[in-house]
Amino acid sequence: MTELGLRLAVSFTQIAAVTCIVIVTVLLLTLAERKVLGWMQDRMGPMEVGPYGILQPFADAIKLFFKEDIVPAGANKFLFTMAPILALIPALIGFAVIPWGPNQSLEIGSFTIKPFIISDINIGILYILAFASIGAYGIILGGWSSNSKYSLLGGLRSAAQVISYELNVGLSIVGVLIMAGSLSLVQITDAQSGWFWNWYVFAFPAPQIFALVVYVISAVAETNRVPFDLPEAESELVAGFFTEYSGLRFAFFYLAEYANMVLVSCVAAAMFLGGWNAPYPGTLIGYLGLPAFAWVENTMWFAVKTYSFLFLFFWLRATLPRLRYDQLMRFGWKVMLPIALANIVVTALAVFFHQQMK
Amino acid sequence: MAQLFFGYFAGVIALTAVLVVALRNPVYSALALLVLFFHVAGLYVTLHAEFLAAVQLIVYAGAILVLYLFVVMLLNLKQDDRYHHQWRVAAFVCVPLLLEFLVLLAGNGVAPQPSPLTDEQTAAASDNTMAIGTTLFTTYLFPFEVASLILLVAMIGAIILAKRDIGEGGQP
Repeated sequence: MTELGLRLAVSFTQIAAVTCIVIVTVLLLTLAERKVLGWMQDRMGPMEVGPYGILQPFADAIKLFFKEDIVPAGANKFLFTMAPILALIPALIGFAVIPWGPNQSLEIGSFTIKPFIISDINIGILYILAFASIGAYGIILGGWSSNSKYSLLGGLRSAAQVISYELNVGLSIVGVLIMAGSLSLVQITDAQSGWFWNWYVFAFPAPQIFALVVYVISAVAETNRVPFDLPEAESELVAGFFTEYSGLRFAFFYLAEYANMVLVSCVAAAMFLGGWNAPYPGTLIGYLGLPAFAWVENTMWFAVKTYSFLFLFFWLRATLPRLRYDQLMRFGWKVMLPIALANIVVTALAVFFHQQMK
Repeated sequence: MAQLFFGYFAGVIALTAVLVVALRNPVYSALALLVLFFHVAGLYVTLHAEFLAAVQLIVYAGAILVLYLFVVMLLNLKQDDRYHHQWRVAAFVCVPLLLEFLVLLAGNGVAPQPSPLTDEQTAAASDNTMAIGTTLFTTYLFPFEVASLILLVAMIGAIILAKRDIGEGGQP
């Protein structure tokens, strides 16, 4: 029983650490997004709170925390309360299977701990997909329970969009799964060690460049970001499914959106760009004679890759105008889906013949 | 421990299954169904079938049930009593099911105790994705292809029905 208790304690510590990292990242992102957008549009971004506005996220958080919590008349109180929670939990729960650093284990007494992953389950990527698909419920129910036509329309649009693009996310990673022969994110990342041409974007025999493009576009659509932010199109729907939300509940939706962005970026980094592997074999710190601290460099590489994807999100937002609804659907079903399917066929054939030739 | 989990999952499944048909608000019914799907996935996990659990969530909870909710909201069925007066149909289906259940219960009084897994089986269970794949594409290849053909036929049928509507509307 003490071993079970110790395991639980270790797991809870890991969960708390990962949740803290994610929340801090989200706080950073809210500031970074406004700053980056500002610079791209030749503005300063937030400048008032603290030097260069770096305390802005805290000001925002405190403001949202103390705002009045309004439930609109005629709203379904129970579902109105449930919806932000249903949006936030799937966004945070996916981080349980993300490998943050090297696949090493610590021996403490009788049992082993893997310090850089909460749970290495053998269906890691499917687990993330399963919970990402649950995230749609928060949006739909939030839209429906608000008893407002803008919210309802936003929720319905979102349902259609998330289902359509979820399919493309799922299909675009099948190529990587064929090449890795595993669904576990730890094993997929381990298989990409060595030089950067072992990463699955470039890997022989079937580079997954098209899959990466499809994945990134679909991930942007799935997280409801510009240019696919139809569920919250300001000019048509006020603020879409969270029009009626205020205060902490609004903050939950906001947090869920950013946590989802971090999650899809982590998955993209782990599946296509080698995760925590450096672009060269081994680590520089390891060559300098400090292999015990190699994990610092590895986790930093993971952070760099993840943040590059996050920067891409901001870049797209500053660059592209919003799509129309029919354009979005046509693009998803008639362009993205065939590319993803063709990629699966080509990858399967290439891997098969590669194995035959060996 | 395993018995405890099974009891919990089975209890919640039975309860939510009743709620799905008993609740008056169709949105609440859909949500009860969502909880049900989660617990069925939990049962799969206790049986070491993680792949099935994930697929259960992706396909049923993530896609099919969202479409149900979509339709319910589009039609705005807040309180619909149309489907609460079909006792005869329900009885017609349920009485044979109950009889079958009783016959089965009477047939083998003691359920066979599941034998502990051998080493070979645990090895197979740890990679059940591959096991499912190989069985689907060797032993059950023909049923698998037939099922996909049936789905394709249903899809083509749906497209033809939808297209015919548009065609008639366009050229009256």
